[in-house]
Formats: sequence, structure tokens, C-alpha cells
Amino acid sequence: MNAQYEGLLAETITYTGHNGDEIPAYFARPLGIESCPGVVVIHHMPGWDEGTKEITRRFAHHGFAAIDPNLHHRWGSGEPDDVSARVRATGGMPDDQTMGDVESAIRYLRALPYANGKIGVIGFCSGGRQTYLAACTLKNIDAAVDCWGGRVAMKPEDITPQQPVAPIDLTEGISCPLLGLFGAEDQAPSPAEVAQIEAELKRLGKTYEFHMYENAGHGFFATDRPNYRQHAAVEGWNEVFKWFGKYLNVPSIVPVAV
Amino acid sequence: MCTYITEKASMAGSGKGAQGWFALSNANVYYDHPFHAPYEHSLNIDFVNESMGPSARVAVELSPESARALVQAILTALETGETEHGLRVEVAVGT
Repeated sequence: MNAQYEGLLAETITYTGHNGDEIPAYFARPLGIESCPGVVVIHHMPGWDEGTKEITRRFAHHGFAAIDPNLHHRWGSGEPDDVSARVRATGGMPDDQTMGDVESAIRYLRALPYANGKIGVIGFCSGGRQTYLAACTLKNIDAAVDCWGGRVAMKPEDITPQQPVAPIDLTEGISCPLLGLFGAEDQAPSPAEVAQIEAELKRLGKTYEFHMYENAGHGFFATDRPNYRQHAAVEGWNEVFKWFGKYLNVPSIVPVAV
Repeated sequence: MCTYITEKASMAGSGKGAQGWFALSNANVYYDHPFHAPYEHSLNIDFVNESMGPSARVAVELSPESARALVQAILTALETGETEHGLRVEVAVGT
């Protein structure tokens, strides 16, 4: 487990995203350190909600500068579930737009005066798929974590104008170590789909680690949902911090002053 | 929440959301993870007005059994109401 930073700063900022659009983002960082890695937190399909912002603060607590862009920003303002419903009704987020917003968020983190030059990306649910896609298509990521991303392996009927390519077909482009966390009772992605993805990663010689948790389904980190599974969540979070700790040079000295 | 499979129906009528009554334009119906209902999956209906922003929305998340019961209740209420008000048109069979 990484060092824990008692002092942190968390706020909403804006940064320039895809196509020059101004994107709101929740941003949290530890105080009192000279340098730290950055993490982009890609929110789940239910939107830019309190749970994802809590995760963002958790990364700051563990020594990361973390940014959580509101990827639903263009669909209007309101309660996250209302905005998410609108995103769904319009077919979801276009992949190219999302990748543009994520790449810009990475650029924002790299430009911080205290950046240590290492960047991780983590995403949940639809954000897990987007993380996989980012690992395949963006070249400035040092480690990635896909948490139960569905439709990485897509059936032909799943292909839409917004999601025109199955991320699994882009696996050859992965240029960073990938951690995957999944639930054995999940149907999106199902264990069979996870096995298909893993086979492709293995075939192409990629650096990856997959963990499949029994007695867990989709979104088992979410403490405010019935899917929450305490054991799998504790184990999974440990794997996340081990993974990023291994690849992102997390500072190991607890600061004495804030 | 990892699929975007949504059935859409045009709506004429009104719904009452957090900001009060508004005219409906659509009902979006899908089977996926709920936000609030204590199930892994639920049948979800969003009654919305697409021109009024994300907050013009009345949402329900139902168990599959509840959703089927709702469908049946709607059909029964429609049939009863239209009959009582003399609006029901009986379709003759074999003509």
C-alpha cells in the first residue's frame, strides 16, 4: 500500500478538452510533496457523480494528482443520473471525443509543476472500456486499469457511429501495462468476454494482469449500490494501488508538513 | 450501464418531475443496471422532454415482474376506461 497523505486539495477546475471545448473536471492532489504521478479517473456510465469524485480524492490521499473530467458535460447540466439518461438516449459518448478529452486531461496533468512525469488512467464500467481504448490509442500513458469495462469485445450489432470500433481489435496498439478487475457474475463483460480479451493480450505479448472475483458482479466498488462486494472491493483496491505503485513512481515518504 | 440498447416511443402527455409538470416528448425504455433500485438489473423508463434539458425527466426502475405487471395494468386500465367512456372500437373478426 502506498503512503497516505492527510492533507489534500480538491476542487472543480476547467481544462481544454477535445476540439477546444472547455471541460469541467474534479481535481484532487496531495499537499506538501515535491512531485507526484497523475491519474485520469474516467467516470462510469451513471456519470460525473459523488462516487467518482470520492475515488478521485482517494487517489490524492494515496499520493496522486487525480483528474476526473465530466465526460457528459456536452449533454447539459443537471443531476448526474438525468444527464446520463440523456447520454444513453443519444447512443452514448463518441469514442473519438472521449479519447480527445482523456488525452487533454493527461496533458493537463503532465503540465503540473509538481508532475513526476508518470500518468495512469483508470475507468469504471463504460469508463473501463474507454480506459482500454485509451491504452490502445494514446501513447502517453504509463499504466492503465480497466474496472469491469463492457463491450471491449463487441458483437457486430454493438458497433454504432459513436463506438465504431471494438477496442479488442486495437489491442496490438497497447503500449502500457494493463490491470483488469472483473466480477465472475458480471454479464457485461461476461467471464467469456474477459477470457477473450485476455487471450488477445496474451497472444500479442502485452504486459497485463487480470483478476476475476467470485461472488461479485458489475461495479463491485460502489458502496452505495447493491452490487457492492466488500471482500472483492478491498482486494481490488489493493491491486489498483499495487499496480500504479509499481509503474508510476508514487512518492513513498509521508510529508511532515502541509 | 454498459449497453446503450434503448427502446424509444414518442409520447403525447405530461409528466411531473423535480421542477413540476412538463410536456413529454419521449419515453426511453431499457433493461440495465439501475441507479437506485436494489437489483443487479432493472427495467428502466425515462419519460423525458428532449427539448427541455436533462432535468425534464421522470424516471422509474422496476423489477421485471413489476414491469410486466405495469404493462398488464396499463392495458387493463385502457380497455376499461375506453369502454366506459364509449371510446373503445370493437374490431369485428372475419369481416
